[in-house]
Amino acid sequence: MLEIKNLSFAVDTDNGNKKIIDDVSFTVERDSYVVITGPNGSGKSTLLKLIMGIEKPTAGRIIFDGEDVTGLSITERAEMGMGFAFQQPVRFKGITAKNLIDIAAKKKLSVAEACRYLSAVGLCAADYIRRELDSSLSGGELKRIEIASVIARESKLSLFDEPEAGIDLWSFNSLINVFENMKKRTKGAVIIISHQERILDIADTVIVIEEGKISKMGSKKEILPGIYSQLESCCLLKTAAGD
Amino acid sequence: MDKNYIDVLEKIADIRDFPAGAYNIRSDGKSIGKNDSEKIKIEFKKDVSGLDIYVSPDTVKESVHIPVVIGESGHTETVYNDFHIGDNSEIVIIAGCGIHNCGEHESKHDGIHSFHVGKNCKVKYIEKHYGSGDGKGERVMNPVTKIYLDEGSKLEIETVQIEGIDSTKRETYAKLSDNSTVVIKEKLMTHGNQFASTDFEVDLDGSDCSASLVSRSVAKNNSKQVFFAKMTGNNSCHGHSECDAIIMDNASVKAVPEITANHVDASLIHEAAIGKIAGEQLIKLMTLGMSEAEAEQKIIEGFLK
Repeated sequence: MLEIKNLSFAVDTDNGNKKIIDDVSFTVERDSYVVITGPNGSGKSTLLKLIMGIEKPTAGRIIFDGEDVTGLSITERAEMGMGFAFQQPVRFKGITAKNLIDIAAKKKLSVAEACRYLSAVGLCAADYIRRELDSSLSGGELKRIEIASVIARESKLSLFDEPEAGIDLWSFNSLINVFENMKKRTKGAVIIISHQERILDIADTVIVIEEGKISKMGSKKEILPGIYSQLESCCLLKTAAGD
Repeated sequence: MDKNYIDVLEKIADIRDFPAGAYNIRSDGKSIGKNDSEKIKIEFKKDVSGLDIYVSPDTVKESVHIPVVIGESGHTETVYNDFHIGDNSEIVIIAGCGIHNCGEHESKHDGIHSFHVGKNCKVKYIEKHYGSGDGKGERVMNPVTKIYLDEGSKLEIETVQIEGIDSTKRETYAKLSDNSTVVIKEKLMTHGNQFASTDFEVDLDGSDCSASLVSRSVAKNNSKQVFFAKMTGNNSCHGHSECDAIIMDNASVKAVPEITANHVDASLIHEAAIGKIAGEQLIKLMTLGMSEAEAEQKIIEGFLK
């Protein structure tokens, strides 16, 4: 349902042209779970933004549901069934959690319906439904409302940029449940950027990005043992909740 | 009343007919309906155009409507309304002015209001300004509001001007006694070549009194806005003023805060932020299927809610 063909993205810097994404190709099957992982600064977030149309590639094609969407706007891609959860959600003065979920769901939901989406991300819905998405919310609260808005969209393809970032350790387990339940219940493909073992563990496919290129791609059985041994040797990321 | 007048009345006061309770509805300079309640008496001033509104002590859960509608192109007026509110009253006042100008001449309403609020009152004052009509004549409003709060009273003002007023100069002055509170929330949107100036001045004279002045505005096209907020803390008090503006197109917004503390226990804060709509906000709403224009509209709608 999603084909990424020879995708590249470069920016001009003081030291010349720098490739952030370099000739990346992969395919995401319908209803599958893909987790993208890799070191900081390797180009993962940029890759997700290219898929959503937030950044425009310098080369390559993006095919979604059989249609070349490379030249389409963010709005057009959203209308075709893409959803995107930002790593650092934006704040709005005067727009409430309910407003955002209504926009996402494309209809005015009842309070009970909207609450279900907030409860699914571990928020006590009654406390949050009328809250404005302004600076009175903590980063973690905002993050969960962001995830709820993407779930409410029921997209054919949902893109999550580090959903665990900014979520406290105590809420982490419920977040994992969100993604496990999403996989069980909802139809639609999901691409998640994550470093967390338990999220990697629910992946059908794991893609490792390093320096803008795919260094490894395969099933979790093929990829994870290699990643963990690499991580143990460089003491990097194995800090998931439950460890 | 003509349908245009009724539509304007609904915009400014949420009514299409005479409301319950005390009211005076003014249309093109004349009262077209007036009513007193048992505890609220409205009297026409004799020397100038306007009203004296007397609220008896201990009046609770009552409202006063005094909207003004102008439909006659070229009609200009200055109206003086004075509120005398007795101790321990809890009332809501709905004022506001709407100008429907289809003609060539300037229509203007300058509403000069004063509030003399007794002890331990809770008063809410809602003032909406609205203009309509496709005439070339300008729609102008210059409201002046003077507030004198006695001990333990609270006055909350909501002023809204979203559409259709070509030029406005708003002056608001408040003088606060012990334990009194004034809360002013202004929502403003200008477009075209409109001009709006807001001038708040508060003297925090009483001990433990507080003031909160919040202005949220959107300036579009070639419009200009100026926001002055002057607070003087003369006793132990809390004052907070905030100007938060979204600027678009070729508009101009100026915020001039002034806070003066004349007492060691005066705590005064001013915040001002002027900026365009954040690109990330537009992108977020676009990822939820909105066009850029729809996203912009939604953000402004929320901001001015």
